[in-house]
Amino acid sequence: MAVPSYAGPLERTWYYAFRVICGLIFFFLIAPILVIIPLSFNVQPYFTYTREMLTFDPAGYSLRWYEDFFSSRQWMMSIRNSVIIGILATLVATVLGTIAALGLSRKEMPFRGLIMGILISPMIVPLIISAAGMFFFYSSVGLASTFPGVILAHAALGIPFVIITVTATLVGFDHSLTRAAASLGADPTTTFRRVTFPLIMPGVISGALFAFITSFDEVVIVLFVAGVEQRTIPREMWSGIREQISPTILAVATILVMISIALLTTIELLRRRSERLRGIRPS
Amino acid sequence: MTNVSAAADDYGFVRFANVQKSYDGEILVVKDLNLDIAKGEFLTMLGPSGSGKTTCLMMLAGFESATYGEIRLKNERIDNVPPHKRGIGMVFQNYALFPHMTVAENLAFPLRVRKMGKAEIEDRVKRALEMVELPAMAGRMPAQLSGGQQQRVAVARALVFEPDLVLMDEPLGALDKNLREQMQYEIKHIHESLGVTVVYVTHDQSEALTMSNRIAVFNDGVIQQLAPPADLYERPDNAFVAAFIGENNKLKGKVEQMDGQSCTVRLEDGSSVVALPVNVGGKGEPTTLSLRPERVVVAPAEGSLPNAFEARVEELIYLGDHIRTRVSVCGTDEFIVKIPNAQSHARISRGEMVRIGWAMEDCRALDA
Repeated sequence: MAVPSYAGPLERTWYYAFRVICGLIFFFLIAPILVIIPLSFNVQPYFTYTREMLTFDPAGYSLRWYEDFFSSRQWMMSIRNSVIIGILATLVATVLGTIAALGLSRKEMPFRGLIMGILISPMIVPLIISAAGMFFFYSSVGLASTFPGVILAHAALGIPFVIITVTATLVGFDHSLTRAAASLGADPTTTFRRVTFPLIMPGVISGALFAFITSFDEVVIVLFVAGVEQRTIPREMWSGIREQISPTILAVATILVMISIALLTTIELLRRRSERLRGIRPS
Repeated sequence: MTNVSAAADDYGFVRFANVQKSYDGEILVVKDLNLDIAKGEFLTMLGPSGSGKTTCLMMLAGFESATYGEIRLKNERIDNVPPHKRGIGMVFQNYALFPHMTVAENLAFPLRVRKMGKAEIEDRVKRALEMVELPAMAGRMPAQLSGGQQQRVAVARALVFEPDLVLMDEPLGALDKNLREQMQYEIKHIHESLGVTVVYVTHDQSEALTMSNRIAVFNDGVIQQLAPPADLYERPDNAFVAAFIGENNKLKGKVEQMDGQSCTVRLEDGSSVVALPVNVGGKGEPTTLSLRPERVVVAPAEGSLPNAFEARVEELIYLGDHIRTRVSVCGTDEFIVKIPNAQSHARISRGEMVRIGWAMEDCRALDA
């Protein structure tokens, strides 16, 4: 968008100022993340840039923190825990969230607003309160310090994301398609499998990815509900900062950033695919 | 198309008996509907929005349940059969093509859920596409088709599994005027060549008149009149039908005198009109006279018509084949006369006084 030819001096100034402000906001958001990536290659056990690093001397860089990470049994176990808990919590959240969204999208469903509010509440209630509540509740039913406990707790956090993304997909969903399928002889199960699900799938997958990321970088609930056996990556990083102060966590952070970028790219590609399927031209 | 071409022996192929529908338990959207549809018939449910026509169609399709009464198809009750087991084809207003399937996959869908063989599915899909003249479009996605093409695919999909009954819910509403007229003829031809029974819902009267064997005019949850198109236009039973189908001049008055064949009606301005009693109570009762604009004769021969009045020309609108003329007569200035644009007709101009008249049979005395 170029400056229009009729713009006065004030508008011209604003045109450039606007771009500078946008750039600053962008920098503010992204700099803390970018700054850790080179640091994770630091040859010295410091959290600051060394002279060698600033002069781009190859001797200032190394992969030692990555080696440290991949050779540590404790880190590897936390990765395994994070992946297991993340995947299972995502599965539970996706199935329950999708079913809830389908039910809540029906006009005849009573108290839709209220039920929606309750299901979304884990997103709104401060995490520390949910975590404390879960701790006391899970302790009394024997779920504290167990994998099922952490998985259920993370599923509860993920469900709102799935409900929101699937509901958003269902807003544009043409309900005459399910009627058409029924008139053509398809029973409700076939209709769901062959018509409804393929069309809401992008919403289901983006909800699932959000649920996975939520579980993958969640630390508060893990601190309360998980035991030593269920330590996840964020939990390990938290104790890494408090107890060891080793740049290994910078390497971990870099890896997590890469995973997040990969997942978000997937979401975007899926969204475009679904728009193409629905006949919406990419703008 | 003036007569029902369907075989009369198969009346009751679809039967609504005392059907009522209420969404809230208080207001009846459909009031005591009784309707028999013959096999092979093209029946149109016509009416303004909220008249109950779409609700009737949805009850027949199984997407709404009747509050009271029964619906039969081929003499079997279907009110408790779920929609997917009724075997009724349906064309939706917005086409409802599956956007993630190609045209061929859309057409194959009803055949695949019926577990047909691959070769037979291919063959039937091909024939269905030829029927709607889109054989080259099999591999396209619905979004790549124009509105008219999508509508044809929707029609083909509703017919490909050879249902005995096809329902159409304002299928041409989203198309532009030319395409709509073309599609009306195509649907009509498909109906004639396949002999399938069609129940068609529309609010467009010209669509209903063009396509139907019979038309059921709905208003306020009740069928106002059920008749072939020509009867409906020329012999409306009540003031609603007269006003809803075609253009209509309305004159209000009271019945002054009545014998078997005709009645004399005193209008509000004091003039007296001889009319055909169709739907009037008796002497002293209020009535609405209905008169088609094209049945009004300009400058009739003296004494040739029982009704003749002096009218003042208020407005002339040139419409090519005819001139729509608004005149003041019998106490109304909304009286429309259609004057054919023929050489033999004398030119009239605004403000002139002309003599107009009409026959007793063309002026129908209906309910007030």
